[in-house]
Amino acid sequence: MTQLILEQALNGLQFGLMLFLLAAGLTLVFGIMDCINLAHGSLYMVGAYFVAAAAQAADSFWIGLGAGVAGAAVLGLLLELSLFRQLYQRDHLSQVLATFALILIANEAVRMIWGPAPLMLNPPEALSGPVELPLFGDTFFYPAYRLVIIAFGLGVGGLLYLLVARSRVGMWVRAGAANREMTEALGINVRALFTAVFVFGAALCALAGGLLGPLLAVQVGMGESILILAFVVIIIGGIGSIRGALVGALIVGTVDTLGRALLPTLLRAALPADAASTLGPALASILIYLLMAAILFFKPQGLFPARA
Amino acid sequence: MADPLLDVRQLSRRFAAVDALKAVNFSVNAGEVHALIGPNGAGKTTFIHHVSGALQPDSGSVHLAGRDVTRLPMHARVRAGMARSYQITNVFPGLSALDNVALAVQGRADAGSSFRFWRPVRTETALFDEAAGHLEQVGLSTQKASLAGNLSHGEQRALELAMALATKPQLLLLDEPMAGTGPEESARMVELIEHLARHITILLVEHDMAAVFRLADRISVLVNGELVCTGTPEEVKSDAGVRRAYLGDHL
Amino acid sequence: MAFYQAASWQKPALITFGIALLAMPAVLTSFDQAFYIGFATRVLIFALAASSLNLVLGFGGMVSLGHAAFLGAGAYAAAICQQAGINEALIAFPAAMAAAGLLALLVGAISLRTRGVYFIMITLAFAQMAYYLFVSARAWGGDDGLPLNGRMQFAGIPMSDDQTLYFVAFSAFTAAMLLFGRLADARFGRTLQAIRENETRMAALGYPVFRYRLLAFVLGGAFAGLAGALLANLTGLASPNLLQWTQSGTLLVMVIIGGVGYLYGGVVGAVVLLLLEESLVGVTEHWHIILGLLLLAIVLFAPKGVAALFRKRHG
Repeated sequence: MTQLILEQALNGLQFGLMLFLLAAGLTLVFGIMDCINLAHGSLYMVGAYFVAAAAQAADSFWIGLGAGVAGAAVLGLLLELSLFRQLYQRDHLSQVLATFALILIANEAVRMIWGPAPLMLNPPEALSGPVELPLFGDTFFYPAYRLVIIAFGLGVGGLLYLLVARSRVGMWVRAGAANREMTEALGINVRALFTAVFVFGAALCALAGGLLGPLLAVQVGMGESILILAFVVIIIGGIGSIRGALVGALIVGTVDTLGRALLPTLLRAALPADAASTLGPALASILIYLLMAAILFFKPQGLFPARA
Repeated sequence: MADPLLDVRQLSRRFAAVDALKAVNFSVNAGEVHALIGPNGAGKTTFIHHVSGALQPDSGSVHLAGRDVTRLPMHARVRAGMARSYQITNVFPGLSALDNVALAVQGRADAGSSFRFWRPVRTETALFDEAAGHLEQVGLSTQKASLAGNLSHGEQRALELAMALATKPQLLLLDEPMAGTGPEESARMVELIEHLARHITILLVEHDMAAVFRLADRISVLVNGELVCTGTPEEVKSDAGVRRAYLGDHL
Repeated sequence: MAFYQAASWQKPALITFGIALLAMPAVLTSFDQAFYIGFATRVLIFALAASSLNLVLGFGGMVSLGHAAFLGAGAYAAAICQQAGINEALIAFPAAMAAAGLLALLVGAISLRTRGVYFIMITLAFAQMAYYLFVSARAWGGDDGLPLNGRMQFAGIPMSDDQTLYFVAFSAFTAAMLLFGRLADARFGRTLQAIRENETRMAALGYPVFRYRLLAFVLGGAFAGLAGALLANLTGLASPNLLQWTQSGTLLVMVIIGGVGYLYGGVVGAVVLLLLEESLVGVTEHWHIILGLLLLAIVLFAPKGVAALFRKRHG
């Protein structure tokens, strides 16, 4: 039981960190430019495809990851310059429509290029097995690749946190999220800043997509379900707040993973088997949404609102 | 003396590290015009926001006609008899002047519920007759059909006033009604407020000192979120502290 | 923006249009094209669903990205009614409206405390929650959905015949549009539109803004539920796919291309989009990419929708 809980907690941490990579870019886009981007999940999907295709071509996961992330950054740059610049001044409805259109285009383009079947992305050979971890004098096996994802997530997440919380550029970004007009009035080039944030967000999407690729299938539609989870993260954390995104992502990642793994068992202990097997999966799948509703009820602005 | 119509006690509010309002005690007696003055940034608009219910205080209370309204949302305070005009003109530019005021009439509790789904509003002549009356009161009877967005600035200020009146308030909060108006419009507005003051209690926030001293029965001075003085116009004029803190650069 | 007002040509146009719709099944049958009656029913149902969203979005100014949840709830409610032995649409359809309205009440009570981007994301998240709930509900078919055991009957008349279902859908659609039209001109509709324009001002006039918004949200949800119940009868299945967020996106697209806040915006949008789908599907399996590009073009070049273009031309 301890093994199961520990394993699931690590899985939750790993999933939460990947959600953070997605939510970080998204929350800044929402926060600074007050722009809703439904196509963020498409960047994640396209990024994963880039990584998978490049990894196949180069026969190396790491080269594929690097090339895929760079490719997604370039795509993000093109999108920002050609479309998003025009969307910032428009109302939310136009942003929803335009980015919804992007999703349709991205899904169909991917289907045309790579076909409807999922793409295989193999983890690096050296990391394909489990590693042995000490556990209270006992040993505990955990997939090496997942550990690497956790390390990646902690590293990139920490770096991002330092960048936003400590650096001068980060200060501008936070200022932009809290009050855009004032930041512009202070002479900071919000346009260029935003292009940078958008491109960076796209790269993080591809990184998450590439890293998760070997665990989940690289397929059409993979972006949408995770996009909604990223939304839940942002709602819980508060729009425009990196700290909120981190906390929200870890909450959503662990609650969702642990809920799915443990809730059916727990319910079976408390309820008749019949009711438990009906209720368990249903409750587990909506747990984070219930959590979101509860948090919203008490804090409509999320846990760490960026605007006063 | 009877209880004041508006009674604000120990009202305090902090924004981040700034004390916007520091334990403000303030009252408006029924029938009077009580003006609130103070330098820019003294917290006058913040104070009005707290009285009207747009913002909630950290501590202190607001009583209207003896009733504690501190925790009531804005719309409930309006229904309790408190109307406000805005410093920046806040009308519906796409609607006619008459429609603007009719909306205000329709929002009143005694005008019946607005949860009505079938009868077209344009057949409800009572709404529009009353609205026309309010427009006449502020001198806009010739502009009934004009789009509010096409009215001059002074006319929009008058329209704003007509909308506040249409809620039939016991207490009218006027947040800088003269803001941005020319001398002629301003004079008309003073006359209008003078006329209204015969029937209605007014809390007036205003920068135009000539208007304030002409209209006010009592004046209170707010400086840096603190109420430094309340009294008749004569008393306020001669108060040394007020002269130093504020009036020095006006008189 | 001013209050919605029907254009003078609208009434005669509507009567003509209504007569055409009434005659359509007979005409289609006589030309041996009865197959299209099903398609016409589908268009009517989606016109109803999109119009119910237009009430929320166009008149209430609430950008809801979770409207499909109410469509799906209505479909499931109808199927569950039948499972429980209630095969009469006169009972099942109101029940579907009540179920969807109740769901809208819950979702709205929480999400209407927020604004802007937040509201969009929260309605989307709640709809996703409803989706997962139905997917994991094994008693209601889980992933596969809950099939109907044949179509229901309406006032004792079986709807198994395509024409009967068409006329039931037509009646529901007409009744809803009549209500929405009256409502837009009545006190409630004016209040709602004024709140859309400036909610602070309305609160300062004494209007309890939240209640009006919530009621509009619930009404929109209930009529989406009615559309869902009709759809379940048309397709013979209450499927979790109906609740998918792309379905919400499609409804939103219908309203936007038809014209937000025009009473018939949702109808125009549903007709345009479904006709487009029907004609493009035959040309290429990748028709989504064409649709996506079209939508982008609409955002960039016709921001007020197709109905607005039409209106401009007619002065």
